[in-house]
Amino acid sequence: MSTAEPTTPIVPVDYDEAIARFDPVLGIEVHVELGTDTKMFDGAPNVFAAEPNAAVTPTSLGLPGALPVVNRTAVEHAIKIGLALNCQIAESCRFARKQYFYPDLAKNFQTSQYDEPIAFDGWVDVELEDGEVVRVEIERAHMEEDAGKNTHVGGSTGRIHGATHSQVDYNRAGVPLVEIVTKPIPDTGGRAPEVAAAYVRTLRDIFRALEVSEARMEQGNVRADVNVSLRPTRQDPLGTRTETKNVNSFRSIDRAVRFEISRQAGVLDAGQEVVQETRHFHEDTGGTSSGRPKSDAEDYRYFPEPDLVPVAPSREWVEQLRASLPELPAARRRRLLGEWGFSDLEMRDVINAGALDQIEASVAAGASAQSARKWWMGELARTAREQDVELTQLAVTPGQIAELQGLVDEGKINDKIAKQVLVKVLEGQGDPAAIVEQEGLAVVSDDSVLTSAVDQAIADNPDVVAKIQGGKVKAIGALIGPIMKATRGQADAGKVREIIMDKLGVS
Amino acid sequence: MPSIGRDDVARLADLARIQLTDEEVDRLAGEFDAIIDAVASVSEVATADVPATSHPIPMTNVFREDVVGQTLTQEQALSGAPEAEDGRFAVPQILGEE
Repeated sequence: MSTAEPTTPIVPVDYDEAIARFDPVLGIEVHVELGTDTKMFDGAPNVFAAEPNAAVTPTSLGLPGALPVVNRTAVEHAIKIGLALNCQIAESCRFARKQYFYPDLAKNFQTSQYDEPIAFDGWVDVELEDGEVVRVEIERAHMEEDAGKNTHVGGSTGRIHGATHSQVDYNRAGVPLVEIVTKPIPDTGGRAPEVAAAYVRTLRDIFRALEVSEARMEQGNVRADVNVSLRPTRQDPLGTRTETKNVNSFRSIDRAVRFEISRQAGVLDAGQEVVQETRHFHEDTGGTSSGRPKSDAEDYRYFPEPDLVPVAPSREWVEQLRASLPELPAARRRRLLGEWGFSDLEMRDVINAGALDQIEASVAAGASAQSARKWWMGELARTAREQDVELTQLAVTPGQIAELQGLVDEGKINDKIAKQVLVKVLEGQGDPAAIVEQEGLAVVSDDSVLTSAVDQAIADNPDVVAKIQGGKVKAIGALIGPIMKATRGQADAGKVREIIMDKLGVS
Repeated sequence: MPSIGRDDVARLADLARIQLTDEEVDRLAGEFDAIIDAVASVSEVATADVPATSHPIPMTNVFREDVVGQTLTQEQALSGAPEAEDGRFAVPQILGEE
């Protein structure tokens, strides 16, 4: 059913020019896999990696006679997500069959919700990198099941085209999903790509805070379908939209929206109409290509699932769940900002660097907020960039950072040594205190050792001594240098200065 | 009452992946009309105060606890498969869709 691209080649319009002449409107569907122990409708384990077709029951496989039963925890997770997104929770809702033929579901239908979602009419505030806040209206959040995984065999790159046949693993079939659908997101202008990515990031953070999902984009726990349409001005009716499916990283979401805005502007400039269709995003080129026409594919002939009874969450249950909600990310950021006394800019940098959790944990382990920020946004951010990994992937714990800072605060080591110790911690040599102990890196404050080093420096540098005694106290730095060298950087510079001044009788 | 024409039957057959001959489409178009006429009598008694229902017994909130139960082994799972490969179900080429 794939449609050919229009015959006239479409030249994408430069992004800024497209934005100057068209107003983009977004719509985003996010699927999140719930982190329950079992699937949505059967007791098969919900696991990411297992031997193929070993995490299945007759229900997962759609075998004749197998009947679904709803997972209570999955319903609770769905309600929590609805509440966190400021939604109404349905007094009663039903499951429905969405019929389509594709081997990723053995039943030939997906059990989903149609006209009666569990949650609806919500909103969430999305903060962009520069602090601007965009409110996104939520249309609905509904429960459904994930599909199995197809592997295409015989084609050149594992794609469908050219494949001789496909293999299906149903371990993922039936894993609980919640799909969250926005209302059209208008008036974002040139920031549409950013808003799209920031919205999905906001949801990801909420899922994690709620502990309803591990919400790892790279594992496909969170998947986004991004709808984009253009209209001449904000006063015009909505244009025809395209839906780019399964865009699975924040950067890709940004790129996909940007590309579609440029492409659709090109289509409209060529005097053609945007085709309502699903499109596929290509990581390698950052472009999208035509999938199937939407209108045809959408005839899913939904009807109420006869094998499941309605879910009617009592108001008591809903209020109990509301009371159990943890602090949500936006509230937590406001609280930490107050507690830590960072500037707005410092806080945004911390958030954008993904260092919030690490700093909070370091503070909990005893470090001051500013010292924790200094380590995570300084040495550690630099190391993470060099290794091209996230801060959380570095081989150092917030506890070790607090311990390291503690050694500095106690005067056992200075900043310079602390950085050397950190390198050793990152190399897996152990905890900071143990490394300092083993390697004898503690600051030399033993007066006799320092005094002999000072004596040596004074003897070696009569000209410097003359300057100091002649009133140029600043020249003292020229003596401190060799002493630090002699003590391998472990001397307490303040102490050294004190001894020199004493010896030379200056003050 | 809208009637089911030949085009509707052909489209439904296509959506259901059932291949029909022209004769079958003709015959089914007539039969669908008869079925719909028969079912239509329900709407004569279903007035506005009768809510739509999908179950004859009023029952809600039938849940199971989130506890792993008995599962099939891979061998059992694949035992009914016409073809299997690498521990997975082998299915024919999926054409025309992606």
